[in-house]
Amino acid sequence: MSLTLLNVIFAVVVAIAFAALNAAYLVWAERRGAGRIQRRPGPNINGPFGLFQPPLDGLKLMAKQLTIPGGADKILFVAAPVLSMFPAIMSFVTIPFSEMIVAHNMNVGLLMIFAFASSGSMALLFAGWSSRNKYAMMSAVRSVSQAVAYEIPMLITAITIVLMTGTMDLMEIVRQQGPSILHWNIFPLLTNSHNLLMPFSFLIFFTCTLAETNRAPFDLGEAESELVAGFHIEYGSMGFGLFFMAEYANIVIGSCLTTILFLGGWHPPLPFLGFIPGVVWFLLKIYILIATFIWIRWTFPRTTIYGLLNLSWKILIPISLFNLLLTAGLLKVF
Amino acid sequence: MKATAIEKICSKFPGIACREVLNYVEMTVQPEQLEETLSRLKLYPELNFGLLLDITGIDYLEYPVAQDCRFAVVYTIRNWRDNMLVQVKVPVPDPDKGVPTCTHLWSSANWAEREVYDQYGINFIGHPDLRRILNHWQFKGHPLRKDYDIFKGQVCYDSYSMENEIKNRLLANGVDETTMKDINTEIMFLNLGPSHPATHGAIRIFTALDGESILANVNEIGYLHRGFEKTAENRTYNQVIPLTDRLNYCSAMMNNIAYVKAVESWLGIEITERCKFMRVVMSEFFRVQDHLVCIAANLVDMGGLTNYWYLYNEKEASYDLISRLTGARLTSSFTRIGGMYRDFYDGWEHDMEVQLKAIEKGVSDSLALVLKNRIVHDRTQGTCKLSAETALSYGFTGPCLRASGVPFDLRKDNPYYNYESFDFNVPVGSTGDIYDRIMVRFEEIFESIKIIRQAMKHIPDGPIFVKDHNAVLPPKSEVYNNIEGLANHFKLIFEGVKVPSGEWYDSFEAANGELGFHFVADGSGKPYKLKVRPPCFYIMGGFHEMVEGEMIADAVINLGSINIIGGELDR
Repeated sequence: MSLTLLNVIFAVVVAIAFAALNAAYLVWAERRGAGRIQRRPGPNINGPFGLFQPPLDGLKLMAKQLTIPGGADKILFVAAPVLSMFPAIMSFVTIPFSEMIVAHNMNVGLLMIFAFASSGSMALLFAGWSSRNKYAMMSAVRSVSQAVAYEIPMLITAITIVLMTGTMDLMEIVRQQGPSILHWNIFPLLTNSHNLLMPFSFLIFFTCTLAETNRAPFDLGEAESELVAGFHIEYGSMGFGLFFMAEYANIVIGSCLTTILFLGGWHPPLPFLGFIPGVVWFLLKIYILIATFIWIRWTFPRTTIYGLLNLSWKILIPISLFNLLLTAGLLKVF
Repeated sequence: MKATAIEKICSKFPGIACREVLNYVEMTVQPEQLEETLSRLKLYPELNFGLLLDITGIDYLEYPVAQDCRFAVVYTIRNWRDNMLVQVKVPVPDPDKGVPTCTHLWSSANWAEREVYDQYGINFIGHPDLRRILNHWQFKGHPLRKDYDIFKGQVCYDSYSMENEIKNRLLANGVDETTMKDINTEIMFLNLGPSHPATHGAIRIFTALDGESILANVNEIGYLHRGFEKTAENRTYNQVIPLTDRLNYCSAMMNNIAYVKAVESWLGIEITERCKFMRVVMSEFFRVQDHLVCIAANLVDMGGLTNYWYLYNEKEASYDLISRLTGARLTSSFTRIGGMYRDFYDGWEHDMEVQLKAIEKGVSDSLALVLKNRIVHDRTQGTCKLSAETALSYGFTGPCLRASGVPFDLRKDNPYYNYESFDFNVPVGSTGDIYDRIMVRFEEIFESIKIIRQAMKHIPDGPIFVKDHNAVLPPKSEVYNNIEGLANHFKLIFEGVKVPSGEWYDSFEAANGELGFHFVADGSGKPYKLKVRPPCFYIMGGFHEMVEGEMIADAVINLGSINIIGGELDR
């Protein structure tokens, strides 16, 4: 019993460290990547390639005073950034990085991640509501309607996978996708469903991940040109820092989940590459996805809130529903 | 303007004193004839003066030539189709009683008359919303009256609620608050600005929102008002040039050129060919810069930050070239009455060509990101539309008017500086939405580059100054070696260029539209009165027409697409 408890504590510590490090260095990667795309250097002063920038930024944020605006709901205002970081870290606990590296596998891992992901939008709502600022409130409303709209196609797509694999256990989902790229859920040619629409499902899931993590072109929550900074407009210091880190931690979670559900998790694309450890493949896949996130952000302008909701309700949900039915039918036939 | 056109106008108004000034008609009417004259000018199909450019007041208190009345109001109106310009001048016997409004004829009269009221205290009978516009609402007195001391500053700091204005606007738009109450909906009032990242300056955009849709919008400007016109009255003609830099600081030198062109047109100075070509090159180059800034900022408002760097990197490099050409990056004050400050350096053509290529590349890269981008199309096409009639009525000129489908460009319609000999097109939009405004600017960049290349090919050698030492400083060798040169230098520095007394208006196609200067000269070295006709003042006056009924995010990108420059807006 105590061993399990220790195990969990150790897992949580590792998860926090992983999330925080990733968040910090993804900011660096994002800024360097943006610089690359935009023909400018990006951070390059502090340390080699500017690698000391993230810890120094963190230090600066921690040294600042946390101001609470007059008339704000103090408890919610302070709780919101913590609440936004909490689900991001907790989700890491069930992510299998390889056959061996998983903090705590459970047979409802997928459900747990979705449960935590949904609670993340509560944090944005708390932050926007408690700030007593019209911009923050508009942003909170936007964020929640966005989260509601995009969780549906995301869940439907995930259910498609659950139908195909017959389990919600993340490790089991990955195990069924071995050993080669043709067994991955994105091209399930050699698995039992033969569903040719799965690449579309992958695109839908990826789009929803973009929207769920409030990333451009769906960064309507913090649209800086009209809502200034959105829900974290009144936050400074580490309050802002936590929101910022949570955004990147969520990106990592989203990429992990996409990798697990569609890209074969820790499996190499071809069986003879199996000599490379699974965790390398897993990390490679998630960082390619994250690079795509960054690339998309610096390529596309922001949509409008109506464009965003229309995309979800009128295009993504019907397609994903159709795909769910098709998968169910194909599973019945074969 | 052709002589027949002048006769045509005069023949329509028997009994009204018409005279030709420069190349337009000036009519002097009595207050009781004003309404009749203005509505004839607007409504007669042969006359069809659809574009009210400007309204300004004049205070003759210290004018050397005695006048009937102390105050006068001048309307500058254009018929863009037939290239006819007319100024209607009306003496105002009693400023408190004032003259009848013409807001029912032209929507641009709304802000124009407010400005005259603000600066001169002249009332406009029947104006729907006559209150201050540039000066603070607590300001006492009327600063452009001659008896208002230039050193008499006032400290005003209370903000204005604009509650009544937005309520009136809501009423005018037919918003029914009782029905909204029934479904538990409340209007939210939101201030965008004065300090908001989207205003690119300081403008207060006050909106009444239903969710994110804008039900009503009123705007407050004047945050950057620094009394340009009052200052200009206390400077010599050449000393005003650095002030004009600060009007539209994104294309600073175009203002210099427009200003000296206006002064030269009255002095009758025909500048040298080389100087003309230099001015064409610089004004087109600054037009490119202005459009780069506008498009870059607009796309940033849309969230496309990468475009900003593609366009701004080139603007940045262009400023380095400008500093080599003129000696300063932003506010070069490069022109003088009768010429230019100095000639370009040897080999500037090569550097310019390199820079033009770089600009073409940056703009093409940015176009590759936006031209076929579905998100850009969805956001800009069909949003914040303005029809050609409304745009004309609000006094739009320049790219914003052309985006609405009116092919009016002073470089084509009323050419100056040999523009008639250049081969270039005037890009025109079809619907007047944000997409059109962006794309017209993109196209104008390429057209301006075309003009610069032609001008570089044909620029002649020769002097850059005219040989008129009553207007132009003599060379230093003459100042030091002969008494005449020294006397000319002394008089020009201390007294300024003596401009014969009179009143005239001259305009220039600046990056934002028609930049006009209305002068009253009293024969001394300082302008008796100088009124700027800033293009974006009138464009901002039509802002509410574009954004009402749209979303809050559309209002933000619309503000970027009309290129509001605080320095020019508020003067």
